[in-house]
Amino acid sequence: MNKEWPIWEIFIRSKNGLEHRHAGSLHAADAEMAIQNARDVYTRRQEGVSLWVVESKHITASNPEKNGELFEPAADKVYRHPTFYTLPDEIKHM
Amino acid sequence: MDNKTRDLEVEFQARIDSGENIEAKDWMPEKYRKTHIRQISQHAHSEVIGMLPEGNWITRAPSLRRKVALLAKVQDEAGHGLYLYSAAETLGISRDQLMEQLNSGKAKYSSIFNYPTVTWADIGAVGWLVDGAAIINQVMLTKTSYGPYARAMVRICKEESFHQRQGYEIMLTLCNGTEVQKAMAQDALNRWWWPSMMMFGPRDEDSPNTEQSMKWKIKKKTNDELRQQFVDQTVPQAEILGLTVPDPDLKWNEKTGHYDFGELDWEEFWNVVKGNGLCNKKRLADRNKAWDEGAWVREAATVHAEKKANRRLNKAV
Repeated sequence: MNKEWPIWEIFIRSKNGLEHRHAGSLHAADAEMAIQNARDVYTRRQEGVSLWVVESKHITASNPEKNGELFEPAADKVYRHPTFYTLPDEIKHM
Repeated sequence: MDNKTRDLEVEFQARIDSGENIEAKDWMPEKYRKTHIRQISQHAHSEVIGMLPEGNWITRAPSLRRKVALLAKVQDEAGHGLYLYSAAETLGISRDQLMEQLNSGKAKYSSIFNYPTVTWADIGAVGWLVDGAAIINQVMLTKTSYGPYARAMVRICKEESFHQRQGYEIMLTLCNGTEVQKAMAQDALNRWWWPSMMMFGPRDEDSPNTEQSMKWKIKKKTNDELRQQFVDQTVPQAEILGLTVPDPDLKWNEKTGHYDFGELDWEEFWNVVKGNGLCNKKRLADRNKAWDEGAWVREAATVHAEKKANRRLNKAV
């Protein structure tokens, strides 16, 4: 039998109050082992207080070739930013 | 090359030139992909093989303090290998393929690990010189154009500086010790200096890949530039130890603001690359032994995971 362990994506919360962030990936036979391996591979220096592991095949990524239609429409909508609106200087707290 | 590919390549180069990173799912020229698979996997293999000469001294470290440090360092190298294998896998090669290339001898790893660690001072010299040379290369690579590789390098560089400091501290302790201990440190420097200098690869004029690598921002400095940087920063460190760098041509050059140094033994360089170094065969044999003897563990873990998954499934029904 020759079967490669699946790949898992590892997310770490560095301290409470912050979000989990992607740290990298690793191979493990199952989720439990992925947590154990993530602890050894990615948190040897107190990098985290919480781990998420997700098998890579369950992640759906957007296609970079579609980046134009996905993200460009936001480029010409300056009115979504506060600086678009002109107010007199004496207005405070706005 | 058809027109569409040519357009894509022009666009790709423009992204690189503007300082953008390339990510796994982006279009990239086949040669960029292949070069990265080769370079990242060689780098990963070097971390993995690099554990062998140091692991050799874990059980014989002279104190508990030295032992925990060396253990932690070797464990870091394993971690670095894993970060890098994952980065290589984003380019469409599997872990098993990577392992096969290493174990069969098809893939290269850094020649430096084909030299033996015969005394405890060698562990000092390896940390100081070999990790020192590696850090110079790796700091440059944190700015490399391929995102997953650059991110792995940032993580590695953060961890690597303890490696060099623990090595230098070993050297410092030996140099402040007895005459015999200092002689041992000098002997280690004598044997590791030139192989460390060779870590930066062939001279620029003999390195045909450099131009393309610079254009794609895989490398940001040439082999010779990095080698000069290593000499300039390491020679003063040797002086503090009171040791002599084994190069009669080594001399500070007021005009250039750099050290001049002697010619490397390129015959030895190519000889070790071709597999005829002192330890090439032993390293590969040890690596294959570890892989083969670990086969049952990998299989058992897979079967155990399947059993647990089935049990959960049955409970749910």
